[in-house]
Amino acid sequence: MSTLNPAMDHSGVHDHGHHELSFVQKYIFSTDHKIIGIQFLITTMLMLLVGGALALGVRWQLAFPWQNMPFFGRFFMAQGGAISPDAYTMLFTMHATVMIFLVIIPVLAGAFGNFLIPLMIGADDMAFPVLNMLSYWFMWPAIFFFGLSFFFGGGPAAGWTSYPLLSALAEAAPGSGTAQTMWLLAVTFIGVSSMMGSVNYLTTIINMRAPGMTLFRMPMTIWGMFITAILQAFALPVLTAAGFMLVADRVFDTCFFIPEGIVVNNADPTRGGGQPLLWQHLFWFYSHPAVYIMLLPAMGMVSDMLSTMCRKPLFGYKPMVYSMAAIAGLGFIVWGHHMFISGMNPALGMTFMISTMMIALPSAIKTFNWIGTIWGGKVEFNTVMLNSVAFVSMFIVGGLSGIFMAAVPVDIYIHDTYFIVAHFHYVLFGATLFGVFGAIQFWFPKMFGRMMNETVGKIHFFLTFVGFNGTFFPMHMLGVAGMPRRYADPYLHPYLEHLLPMNQFMTVCAIIMGFAQILLLGNFILSIFYGPKVGRNPWNGNGLEWFAPSPPPHGNYDVPPVVYRGPYEYSSPLVDDRDYLMQTDYLPPKEPDKESDDSENDSESKET
Amino acid sequence: MNRFWCCFFIFWPILAVLVSWYSPDMDWWFPGEPGTPIGSQIDDLFYLILVIVTVVFIGTQIALCYVLWTGVKKQKGKALFTHGSHNLEVIWTIVPSGILMFISLYQLDVWKNFRVQSTFPEAAIEAPVAEVTARQFEWRIRYPAPGKVLKLTPQPDDLYTVNDLHVPTNRPIVIQLRSGDVQHSFFVPDLRIKQDAVPGQVIPILFEVLKGGDYDLTCAELCGWGHYKMRARVLAQPESEFNDYLLGLQQEQNYDGVADEPAPSLAQQTKEVRQ
Repeated sequence: MSTLNPAMDHSGVHDHGHHELSFVQKYIFSTDHKIIGIQFLITTMLMLLVGGALALGVRWQLAFPWQNMPFFGRFFMAQGGAISPDAYTMLFTMHATVMIFLVIIPVLAGAFGNFLIPLMIGADDMAFPVLNMLSYWFMWPAIFFFGLSFFFGGGPAAGWTSYPLLSALAEAAPGSGTAQTMWLLAVTFIGVSSMMGSVNYLTTIINMRAPGMTLFRMPMTIWGMFITAILQAFALPVLTAAGFMLVADRVFDTCFFIPEGIVVNNADPTRGGGQPLLWQHLFWFYSHPAVYIMLLPAMGMVSDMLSTMCRKPLFGYKPMVYSMAAIAGLGFIVWGHHMFISGMNPALGMTFMISTMMIALPSAIKTFNWIGTIWGGKVEFNTVMLNSVAFVSMFIVGGLSGIFMAAVPVDIYIHDTYFIVAHFHYVLFGATLFGVFGAIQFWFPKMFGRMMNETVGKIHFFLTFVGFNGTFFPMHMLGVAGMPRRYADPYLHPYLEHLLPMNQFMTVCAIIMGFAQILLLGNFILSIFYGPKVGRNPWNGNGLEWFAPSPPPHGNYDVPPVVYRGPYEYSSPLVDDRDYLMQTDYLPPKEPDKESDDSENDSESKET
Repeated sequence: MNRFWCCFFIFWPILAVLVSWYSPDMDWWFPGEPGTPIGSQIDDLFYLILVIVTVVFIGTQIALCYVLWTGVKKQKGKALFTHGSHNLEVIWTIVPSGILMFISLYQLDVWKNFRVQSTFPEAAIEAPVAEVTARQFEWRIRYPAPGKVLKLTPQPDDLYTVNDLHVPTNRPIVIQLRSGDVQHSFFVPDLRIKQDAVPGQVIPILFEVLKGGDYDLTCAELCGWGHYKMRARVLAQPESEFNDYLLGLQQEQNYDGVADEPAPSLAQQTKEVRQ
């Protein structure tokens, strides 16, 4: 019962002992999944700004190498206002770290997973509310240690992939000392946070569905969250173990990753018989499934949003579920495509190429089904629809550019060039973040009982979309031109000199895109207080979340929901006064001779 | 406004295709013709995938905009009530899987010839031209003395240079790649060669340079703050010139500083610095 909530009827069936909670219990150390979800959402939106600022630092250096940065230059005082090469390595390392570990994973699983799972399956809260609260609060030590790491040697600078030996030996780089240990510690904390979340989601989805909510009546969002939770539960321990091994190598002089006789920066030769490639195997065994952890929930949410916005059942519900499961299953056996030229046994490259090509198949099936969902629907371009269509359109690019890199011989050339940077930004930003922008707009009324502003939302979408494509599409060309990633000054190499104007254009686009996010944040914050109030079901949706009051009280539903059908019965001929049929709507069985009437009703149905 | 957004979503794929089409003219494309047979094969495969991908890209984006356009026009009555089509699902599962399978199987031979050691020509693998050791932030090169074969461990008569890798043209050669400290990657864009250098591992790279010349050698794996400045050259020259180069290098290196003949300039400088 937030203060934003209009007077609630407490006479409902939920008998939770509704004593008044203190402010701290209600909004800070809350065990209510909705508050935790909103906490995750606001935290990740702030982190989005941090990660974006770091990215703009990278873009500044690429467009105006070694020139003083206006205003922000004061952070690089030691270099007289310009970004030094080691500061540059820190910038892209922390940009990726913040965006992956503190924005995309928590905003999908943490924010929307928390907020939507109980609401969409008809549960009054998560299975383990205290564990849920801890999963949020374990994010803060991670943020703290990531933040602290900036004060040691300029910050971690081994890339977000942290390949040893650069990350294993303190002498290897200025940021490979304490900062790297802090980084590993923070990643472990965020891993614990995710793990607590995924255990909770799995239990909740398996055990706490409302009566009638069978697995195949669950919305795609829930399928996305469910499969993501499975991925996380099985892949994350590997990363955590690898992290501990690396910490042990750094702190306790073990040698999991350190081979014999390596002399770094004139230090003593290393002892041991470790293998640096082992880290890559362990790291990518988690981090490739992590790519799907960062994508599947967004795929689910977009499926729901497209269906609702087009007033049309999801095209091919079961193929969508199966292809999602196939992506998750295949996701475990494709990690080697990050290592085609790493020096692992080349024969493995062939195996990983075939499995990687095959994972494009379920992605293709999903894309065709999204297009099928829009086909024959009624399209009204609001912000939600725009972002969802952008998701599909951008995901096509990201998916297709992946085929180049899945092909091992072609990967020889484009591996570690800007082509890969273009590819994963099209997937993680172009797809996932546009999906998230849509989802914020879509479920905002349920979170706060108010709508977000449409005009601002559309302007934000337009600027972000244009800025995004202006920034990332040219990266494909940079990659084909052979510009390697993570270069502080690519123009040192004669064959890249002519690419400077293109990089400057991209930086201008990136700045536009970066500042457009202020619109999102402003729209979000102002709409919490000033947005027009709405009822339970502003989008005429079918899902159980629209059955609850907006915002839902503690315990979510004033009437316990019972589910009679799947979530996608839009424009159903069974009802003629409206074009949606909620999962909870009970229709008395009709007599067989009425069926001819239904088809007539279909043609003369009215708008709601 | 709805139609504007439809045009918006068709406009950007058109722009993307146009930009890609004119990229080679704008010099936003491959740095040059590939200088190796493997490079030509890589480029051919790249173009093959590019054609397939472009067709799919245009097809799906047009389909997307078509369904949006018809959806925008349909404002009366209910939307089409359908839960999907089994036949369509079967078609769009089988056709893409066939295409993907074709792409992946078609690539295998090139990969095998490039990387699988058992397919390397025996003459090349038995007598590697040089050993390249990547360090922060330079490339150290070790050649065997003329007439000798490169050994895994350094020999007293080995020849050394830094950042200048000379190789003979027109025959398959092997370079032994190692790392002296952290990971690096041996990347020659003009020759389409890339291979990570892993600490503790010796990795052979097979290639054949077709045309003499001067090619940029860069590092493609983050190796520290100076990653961007590991700039070096691969100098390809005909066999005879290459042998002359090695002989000259040997002469420089063996010069004791007291013999009658005029000292080669490099040796002179090194000696002066040492004194």
